[in-house]
Amino acid sequence: MPDAPGLELIRGEIERDHPGAVRATSFDREQAALVVDPEQVLAVLTWLRETPGQGYRFLSSLHVADYLPAQPRFGVHYELLNRDRCERIRVKAMLSDPSAGGEGEGPRTDAPARPQDPPPRQDPRAELPSIDSCVELFPTAEFQEREAFDFFGIEFRGHPDMTRILLPEDYVGWPQRRDFPVGGEPVAFTYNERNYG
Amino acid sequence: MAEFEDAAAGVVAELSGELNEDRTTEVMTVNIGPHHPATHGVLRLVVDLEGEIVRDLRPVIGYVHTGIEKSCEDKSYWKVIPFVERMDYVSYFFQMQAYCGAVEQLVGLEIPPRAKYLRTLFLELNRIHSHLVWLGTTALDLGAISMLWYCFRERDRILDLFEMATGQRMHTRYFQVGGVIEDIPVGFEEKCRSFAEDMPVRVGQYEALLDRNEVFLQRTKGVGIVDRERLLDLGVSGPLLRAAGEPWDLRKATPYLAYPELEFKIPVGTVGDNYDRYRVRVAEMVESSKIVAQCLDALPEGPHIADDRKYVLPPRSELATSMESLIHHFKLVTEGFRVPAGEIYNAIECPRGELGCYVLADGSSKPARVHFRDPSFVNLQSFREMAMDSYVADMICSLGMLDPILGGVDR
Repeated sequence: MPDAPGLELIRGEIERDHPGAVRATSFDREQAALVVDPEQVLAVLTWLRETPGQGYRFLSSLHVADYLPAQPRFGVHYELLNRDRCERIRVKAMLSDPSAGGEGEGPRTDAPARPQDPPPRQDPRAELPSIDSCVELFPTAEFQEREAFDFFGIEFRGHPDMTRILLPEDYVGWPQRRDFPVGGEPVAFTYNERNYG
Repeated sequence: MAEFEDAAAGVVAELSGELNEDRTTEVMTVNIGPHHPATHGVLRLVVDLEGEIVRDLRPVIGYVHTGIEKSCEDKSYWKVIPFVERMDYVSYFFQMQAYCGAVEQLVGLEIPPRAKYLRTLFLELNRIHSHLVWLGTTALDLGAISMLWYCFRERDRILDLFEMATGQRMHTRYFQVGGVIEDIPVGFEEKCRSFAEDMPVRVGQYEALLDRNEVFLQRTKGVGIVDRERLLDLGVSGPLLRAAGEPWDLRKATPYLAYPELEFKIPVGTVGDNYDRYRVRVAEMVESSKIVAQCLDALPEGPHIADDRKYVLPPRSELATSMESLIHHFKLVTEGFRVPAGEIYNAIECPRGELGCYVLADGSSKPARVHFRDPSFVNLQSFREMAMDSYVADMICSLGMLDPILGGVDR
């Protein structure tokens, strides 16, 4: 782990090359994290990977967490690892939900719909939060980005095959979101009813 | 008669084209699995074959997805432990350690030295167990049927040890937040020591069966090579990466539990073919049995679980005499303990590579997110390149040597 001053140094250096890319840093329980602008996440990941002296060349894990009710709610986490110094750093890109309306930063127009217009045929993916895919940079992210899409409905722009990976193709909904109910299939206890009335 | 033969030849030609036509150039898409003994679980492979050569391959996964990560969000922290064990059902102690370690870091709980050694001991027994299951089933795929019986004979001794200490043969729920649930029973040490002494001898016998077996050597040597840089790009870790010559092991790189105090080596391969993968895992079994013996020798006295009543159940004996213990017990069992808000990514070395556990705590008594970075899931991405342009039979061999556990892939 880079320590807290080391993390600030990294932030300063990124700031020089990509102004505004790093929005915040956090150093919690010995784990260092950079909160970055989602539009510039690829620039930051490339910088951390390619800059001499940084060399975070191994992407351990890519996963998403839903911070509901916080806004923006989705955090895409990149757990980077430098294998020479055995240091880890987490890059976090926070995404808001464009379909939430109002509080999000989503591009929702407030123009009233005219009644004679047919209902707009919307691409169901237009309402999904999206971020640039890092598969070109880290080929290991291919499955993990598909998993994030599968469970959180986050679209990775430029991913070669942005389809569901673990759930069936015709599944509706994004089950790992915090507002998706745990649910389950109702069990019909028909045996006793049938046999004993 | 001649007329009949001519007619028959005509029919055959009509059914299958010209008899002398070269039919091996046609690419055929074949489905393998999801239920097939050679896929080591519920894995489906869509393979493009040109004759017997694999030209493209797509693994289709998700058949045993059970939503464990989602279910964990509905359970208090201590109830999550048996859930996460059932992901990768061959290396359950590792899932427990990844999760418990993450929660301990979140609450800032230090575990006592005896618990560290006991955990290390059981992790290494589990590593041998996992490699034995791998060796038995993979050798079976290659036709060495007797290996399955020998490997499962030793595996049973490990399961007996698990049963003796924990009451369960699999999915033991032995690790708790703060330590281990019970101390090892009388007689365990002796039994475990005799196992640790026998195991290197047994491994020597396995090697005698396989290493001079011409069929085994020809099937594994030079097959399924993916170079080291590519494996690193694909995020592959564990024995697959070490077989390609990269000495990367989290037990050495980021010391946890009792590993910094123990002496062991990291076996490394040279070319990274299937034979090296076999050699690395077999050598790891010997190293693990050395660690087991060292843990028994150095096992410190003292408590087996931390003494923090806010996170750890009070001992049974106190419940009848202490009101305060009873209150703590009631609070822990009904609501569970609360974990201060924060997030942790805790990575350990599982038999298949880097097993990471991400836990997000929101201050309540249930985790807001539990995510496992399962090495089988990530390593499976390298399978396409391992099997590309090889024979179907070699693809099966590479899949066995990859050692995916589909419960961990699908979670």
